[in-house]
Amino acid sequence: MKLKGWKDLTPGSVILEGGNAVQFKTGSWRAFRPVWKEENCIHCLFCWIYCPDMAVNVKDGKMMDFNYDYCKGCGICALECPGKKGQTAIEMVEEGK
Amino acid sequence: MAKVVAVTGNEACANALRQVNPDVCGVYPITPQTDMMQKYASFVSNGKVDTEIILVESEHSSMSACIGAAAAGGRVVTATSSQGLALMWEMLHIASGDRLPIIMPVVNRALSAPLNIHGDHSDAMGARDTGWIQLWSENAQDAYDNTIQAFRIGEHMDIRLPVMVCLDGFIISHSIERMEYLEDEEVKGFVGEYKNFLPLLDLDKPKSYGPLILPDLFHEYKKAQHETMLKVKDVVLKVAADFEKLSGRKYGLFESYRLDDADIALVILNSAAGTSKDIVDGFRARGIKAGLLKPRLFRPFPYEEVAEALGNTKAVCVMDRSDSFGGYGPVFMEISSALYPLKERPVLINRIYGLGGRDYLPEHGEAVLNELDEIAKGGKVEKYKEYIGVRE
Repeated sequence: MKLKGWKDLTPGSVILEGGNAVQFKTGSWRAFRPVWKEENCIHCLFCWIYCPDMAVNVKDGKMMDFNYDYCKGCGICALECPGKKGQTAIEMVEEGK
Repeated sequence: MAKVVAVTGNEACANALRQVNPDVCGVYPITPQTDMMQKYASFVSNGKVDTEIILVESEHSSMSACIGAAAAGGRVVTATSSQGLALMWEMLHIASGDRLPIIMPVVNRALSAPLNIHGDHSDAMGARDTGWIQLWSENAQDAYDNTIQAFRIGEHMDIRLPVMVCLDGFIISHSIERMEYLEDEEVKGFVGEYKNFLPLLDLDKPKSYGPLILPDLFHEYKKAQHETMLKVKDVVLKVAADFEKLSGRKYGLFESYRLDDADIALVILNSAAGTSKDIVDGFRARGIKAGLLKPRLFRPFPYEEVAEALGNTKAVCVMDRSDSFGGYGPVFMEISSALYPLKERPVLINRIYGLGGRDYLPEHGEAVLNELDEIAKGGKVEKYKEYIGVRE
């Protein structure tokens, strides 16, 4: 992508389109990745509610998987996950392991 | 038809703001500005304007509220002094970086410590690198006229930058002077309807203000801001020409007083320029060719024009009512930079006067002009920078 010169910029660094956070992939910031264990998931969607980004894919009211393009590995989903019978459905695993 | 009145500088500025009737005004009291916003608040209470006043808990919040309101798409004003301006500091950069034409009278006052409420230029000089346009005012008439013109300058579609209008604390803000008000309709017509530029509240076109800009673009944004500042001079002159048609009062980038054939000259800002013109007249009456340059547009600084105006003098003293401790006074630094490109230039000295409201007396200016006269005749410069009117 060719970077813009100073004459091509919007005054005041105002961004003129809405909903453009999707263009900024923040997944590379992650040190720990959440791993979904489907067998322990009750589809309460706490992970989806608590996720500060848009890293939980949901379809028809069910957790589908994580979108690692936007998951920064904050671990909130894993902390909030009630799991099934004391068994968590989200485990944080160190990247590279 | 102009109306002749006897008012304080604060009242004059408050009335200029009333005549413009902005959408939003952030208000927080600080001496010696308090009086101006108090007056404006009474205009709001009495239904003279329909401005939304936002009472805030600090000047940092005041400027933040102004930034939000201006980004939303409103015509926005506030006013401050001294510590208040200092507390706004980080937000000042955001107002200019976001290109929001907020208009702010600054009633110049010393900065603590020691605590002092009286007039000097430390506050606005400390804010000279914040990206705001700065207009300086000798008296209440200047302050009133500059406030009205500031809207046209800052809101110009090629500019869109915030403007400070500086006037001396107490000396101008609280002294009653004879001056002329324009009619309300004349001011409204001159300033015109506020034109939006990328308003945040345009819901059909969503946008974001204040994004993170990393090293791949930040440098370009700053270059764009610098280039915008370079366009300000022409706009200031055009607005001044229109204002002269309306009021009969002439404004430029600076005022040259008896400077055309001058051998020696003072460069001096704001209220002390009035006293100094009188001193210059005294020297002229004695056959000494003295003159004076009073900067009006300090940011952006008109280097070439100032160099041309001072280039033929033999000795110039730049009088600073604030100090950059360990350096020269801030006005001196600009004049020095302006004159450097000339092949032949006057001897330049710097005198610091009037800090914390210390009176600037005719004998102070006379002593400086006498010294310049000696230097112009080939005398030696004893000290390039020195405090005057100070006890040993």
